[in-house]
Order: sequence, then structure tokens, then C-alpha cells
Amino acid sequence: MGTPNILFRLLEELNNRQLLKADSSIDYCPAVDIEPIHWLAVTHMIQQYQARFAGLWVKELDNAFYVIACFYIEKNYLFVRTALHKKTPLRLPSLSCLYLASSRFERHAHDLFGIEFTGNEDSRRWTRHQAWSANQYPLRKDFPKAGYSTGKTPTDKTYPFLQATGEGVCEVPVGPIHAGIIEPGHFRFQIAGEDILYLEERLGYLHKGIEKTAEGKDISDLIHLASHVSGDCAVSYAWSACMAIESALQITAPDRALFIRAILAERERIANHLWDAAAICNDVGFAFAYYQLGRLRELWLRTNAQLFGHRLLMNCLAISGVQKDYLPESAVQVIRQELKPLEKEVGELERILNSNASLQNRLKTTGILSSDIAQAVGALGYVGKASGIDFDVRRDAPYAPYHQFKIDSPVLSEGDVAARLSIRLKEIVNSLQLIDALLKDLPAGDYQTGWKMPHRATSGIGIVESWRGELLTFVGLDSLGKISRYFPRDPSWFNWLALERLIYHDIVPDFPVCNKSINGSYSGCDL
Amino acid sequence: MLKTLKKIFQIGIITEPVDAPSSPETEALGKACQAIIDAKFNGSLAIRQVDAGSCNGCELEIHALNNAFYNLERFGIHFVASPRHADLLLVTGPVSRHMEEALRIVYESTPDPKLVIAAGDCAACGGIFGESYASAGAVSNVIPVDLVIRGCPPTPMQLLTGLLSLIRS
Ligand code: SF4
Repeated sequence: MGTPNILFRLLEELNNRQLLKADSSIDYCPAVDIEPIHWLAVTHMIQQYQARFAGLWVKELDNAFYVIACFYIEKNYLFVRTALHKKTPLRLPSLSCLYLASSRFERHAHDLFGIEFTGNEDSRRWTRHQAWSANQYPLRKDFPKAGYSTGKTPTDKTYPFLQATGEGVCEVPVGPIHAGIIEPGHFRFQIAGEDILYLEERLGYLHKGIEKTAEGKDISDLIHLASHVSGDCAVSYAWSACMAIESALQITAPDRALFIRAILAERERIANHLWDAAAICNDVGFAFAYYQLGRLRELWLRTNAQLFGHRLLMNCLAISGVQKDYLPESAVQVIRQELKPLEKEVGELERILNSNASLQNRLKTTGILSSDIAQAVGALGYVGKASGIDFDVRRDAPYAPYHQFKIDSPVLSEGDVAARLSIRLKEIVNSLQLIDALLKDLPAGDYQTGWKMPHRATSGIGIVESWRGELLTFVGLDSLGKISRYFPRDPSWFNWLALERLIYHDIVPDFPVCNKSINGSYSGCDL
Repeated sequence: MLKTLKKIFQIGIITEPVDAPSSPETEALGKACQAIIDAKFNGSLAIRQVDAGSCNGCELEIHALNNAFYNLERFGIHFVASPRHADLLLVTGPVSRHMEEALRIVYESTPDPKLVIAAGDCAACGGIFGESYASAGAVSNVIPVDLVIRGCPPTPMQLLTGLLSLIRS
């Protein structure tokens, strides 16, 4: 994972200051165990090393709750863990004063585990609406999966939104059910005239207990579940879950399988980018692009069905490989034949989009996310790349088979809707070229290898570049080889924060296209 | 502009007859339904789609119904923004408890007579998420359902066939 210099220096400093616990036994690495009293100080030090915050989650084991935070420090990930014993107060200082994005993770951890994060300025419920009460914590092992709810669950009417007051200020509630065919979520606008003073998101409507449902499952059933956490991201979710388990079991998939996984992941990226590009244009009334890009996407999905048995590529991966040898020579030919024509058409459409003044007029300078804010919220994927954040897991913390390839990752500085569209179009072309390169070097051999149950409790982490950006998955296994913890961290946890902030200079009618240009996953965050 | 027009003419009309490659009966079904939509729904059937807890996979395929290949609107079927304008609710997902009441409200807001389709395995029976502290499971646990379309997700062709068969019945 790149040069470990900075990370080494950091670890050395933490060690010298005696902030690390001596008896650490963490299965994934690099990771450090610390005392709860050092939680904030250690994070503060990590922040001094220009680290990006990459998520926080909790795992219950025996007599303690373990809180784990993840950071990215120049080509390396670092995991920091602390144990809160059940007999002590379940309390930690909030990291939100250092990292904005930690707030929602902490609220999620509070709603589901009952851990209090002191100093989090926003201590309102997040994932919890009215399906369970404030003193129940569904992810604790003693909470039954079926829960205690009887009868109908009311809506969460009393959620205290931040309200603006003053002459001419009014409030516009939108959702959870939106006008289009999209996922549910609530947006609360405080407006003065057409100007947006403040936008607040309220998610959690899709919370269907995925983390709890995963527990007790067999490994292969978890991979199946992972394919359905966020339906447009089936390959990446399955891949990061496989990677987490494979690292826990210390096994690797054969080269051929890794190449097939990468081809699947790039196909997923292309399909989604085509669709997003179509939808962004449609949101400003440019139907031509919607139909043309939609046509290209449909053809692409039909090839998915033909070669991989599923239009959205669900259920194609398996532990230590893929479900089938999807790529006999005939299939390779089918894919090859698609690459150049699609690249040509995307190029042609891009030129049409770029030369259409009225379209550009609507997309340029709309929904600007400054690079400072992108950095502050930890924006990922096309959202970050369009605002000057040059990061791509495939290139910067590469995993097989990407480490063998040159990954071109586009980056722009404008940060507007047009830039986010442009990044997608560029990524389509890059992915097409990458598929070509993967096919050229496609190794022969097995598509799956055998593996054994661990017979001891263990855990692992998988991190991939999904089409939305860095996707991280934590999986814990018990000594019987069953899932004891599953936490997938979608890139949208960060990009949703970007949406709340890029809208300030815009008007309410621009919200749909701004939202589309971010296209956060609701289901991937609500879990 | 010329480039745009050229592209439009080059591609031409790509809408396919509603026959899943091997089932000519679907085209007949499509035609029969059009007649029924003309007669019963005054020429147009309005659908309100509700994601009540889906993984978004079902939505992607429902969206595809509007692409130029399936072109749902040719049968006079279209998606509307409000349940008050809808003849039919197309509901996906296991119903999350957090969406349960919203779904009921949508159902009540839809004028009678109304039809409800539960689309996808999750909507049919809770699917891989089942019932839990956070999921009420099948759509029929929350509102009355007229037709279930299976699949994870159902393909656009399965959706179309299901939709048309419901109208015909
Ligand atoms: S049926 Fe399948 S695609 Fe549809 S919501 Fe359920 S898991 Fe997702």
C-alpha cells in the first residue's frame, strides 16, 4: 500500500507518547488499539498528519463494545480501535470537532448501539425514526432481530429540524416520497424567496436492518446480501465484502477471478455513469441526451444479461472467486466488439453536450462544491474528483488486479454540476479502455478456489473504488464461521454532506439536478 | 444542432414490439391492453411508483421501462408525480417500518378505484431482508395488493408483461 513513511512516523509518535495499548490483537492492519481516554487526542494527532476520516463503526464482542474509526493517510489506511467495557459508561468524545463527517456515524452508532458521543453538536436521532424506542438498541446482541414493535409504526413527525425565522423566510418540506422514481428521503429547505438559506437532509427511511439481518448468516449468504444493499452497486458491495472475508481468512482469489471481478466492476461503473449522465441532462429538460445515453445503457445491460446472467450483475461474485467462468473466448469477443463503438458514441455525445449552449448554461456554475468544502466533508468518487480531490482507491491504495494497470483518474476544479457530469463521461472512456486492457491480459486458470472455515473468531476489511467512490466493508466472523458483524460504508455518507453545502448559492428549482449530480445512495447509508 | 439532428435520424426509432424475444403473445397482450386502457382508463393509465424500502435495483428496471426500447408511454401508461393523479401504485421493496405509514398515506391519497402492484421479490414477500425490527416485509402486510411481479429485480419485460396482464384482468 504505497510508501509507509508518513504512517510509520505517525505510529512512532503515537508509540513514543505511550498512546498505544501494548496488548493489541487486531486481525486487520494497520490498526492500533487505544484507551478511550485517548480517543480524541489520538485522532487529533492523526489529523495533524493530513489524514482523511473514512468512517466509524461499532462491534460488540463479549463484554465490550469496540468502536473503530478509519483514516486514510497518504496511500495508507489506518484503523483505530478502542474498547468500552459494558460495566463502564458507554461514552466517548465525539470526533465531530475534528471531522465533520463523523457526526452521522456517531449518531448511527448511538441509535443502534447506545453509545454516547459527548460533544457531538448534533445529538438528534439519525437512523432511528419511530420503529424502536430511544432506550432500545437493535444492534446489541441481546436485542432480538424481530424487535418489539407491534402494530403500526407511525411517521417520525416530531424530528426537530433546524428552522430559520425572520420576515419572508419559509420552510419547504420535500419527501420522503419524491415526485420521480427515486429512493425515499426527506429534504427540508429554509428559503427566502427562491434563495436557499439552509438545506437539511433527513434520511433513514430505508433502514431495513441490513446489519442485523447479516448476523448469523453463512459467508456465502452474506455475499448474496451484499449484492442487494444498494442495487446499483451490486458488484462493488459484493467485492468489498469478499475482500473483507478473504483478508480475514487469509485467502486470495485466483488471478482470473480477480480480472473478471474488475471487468464486472468497470461494467457497473459504465452502466451507472451512462444512466446518471442521461438523468442529469433530463433534469434540465434535455431529453435528447436522456434517450441517447439511455439507449447505450440498455444495450450495455443486455450484454450483462447475456454474459453474466443478470442485467445489474447481482450475485456474480463468490468467496475466493466468481460464481462462474463468465469469460470464455466467445464472451471476450462479445465484450471487445462493444468497447470501441461505445467509446466513439460517448465521445460524439459529449461533443454534442459540450456544444449545446443552453444545456451548458444550466449545468455550469450550478451547485458549486468548492474544493475546501469537498475536503472538509471528505467527498469521494466523482463528487470529490470534480472538486479537485484527486483520489481513486484503484490507483492510490491499489488492490489486485488494478495494481498491475495504469489507472487514469480524471480530476477537475470547477466543482459544478457540469464538472460532475464531465468526470462521469471521462470515467466511462477510462473504464472502457481498462476493460480492453484487462481482456488483453486475462489470465487462464481457475475462477474460484477452495477455502476453509476459520474455526476462530476473526475479522477483515475490504476497500474498493465503487462507481460512487471508495467503498469500505467491515466483516466480523465468529468461531463457527458465521457473520458476527457486517458494516458496509457507502461513499455517500460523505457525499450527502456535500449536497447540503453545495446548494447555498442556488435556487430551489436547481435542487433536482444538483441532487442528481451527486446521486447519493439512500439504501447504502440507511442500511 | 445539426449534430444533434443527425444523431436522432441516424439512430431512428428503436422501440421494440412488446414481445419478449420468444413470446409473440405479449404483443397481442399489449394490443389488447391498449384497448382496455382506452376504454377503462380514458386512454391513459397513471402510475405512482413508491419505493417503500427497496435496494434501488427495482427502481432501475422500472426506469428502464421509459427508455426508447420499451417506451411504456406508447400504451398510454405513464408515471405521475402525485398519488392523487394515479390509477395504479407500483410499490417496491420490503416495506421498511420507517416507510410504513408513508405508504399507507399514499394508498389513502390515491383515488378509487385503484390498483396496487407489488414489484420485486422484496415487495412480494420481504425478499432477502424478510421481516424484522425494521422491516414490515411484504407490501401486502401494509396495503392491499392486486398483483405481485416476482424477480430480483423484475426485468423491464417482466414488469411490462405483469402490468399489462393486470390491466387485462
Ligand atoms: S427485489 Fe431485489 S432488486 Fe428489488 S428491492 Fe428487493 S433486493 Fe432489490
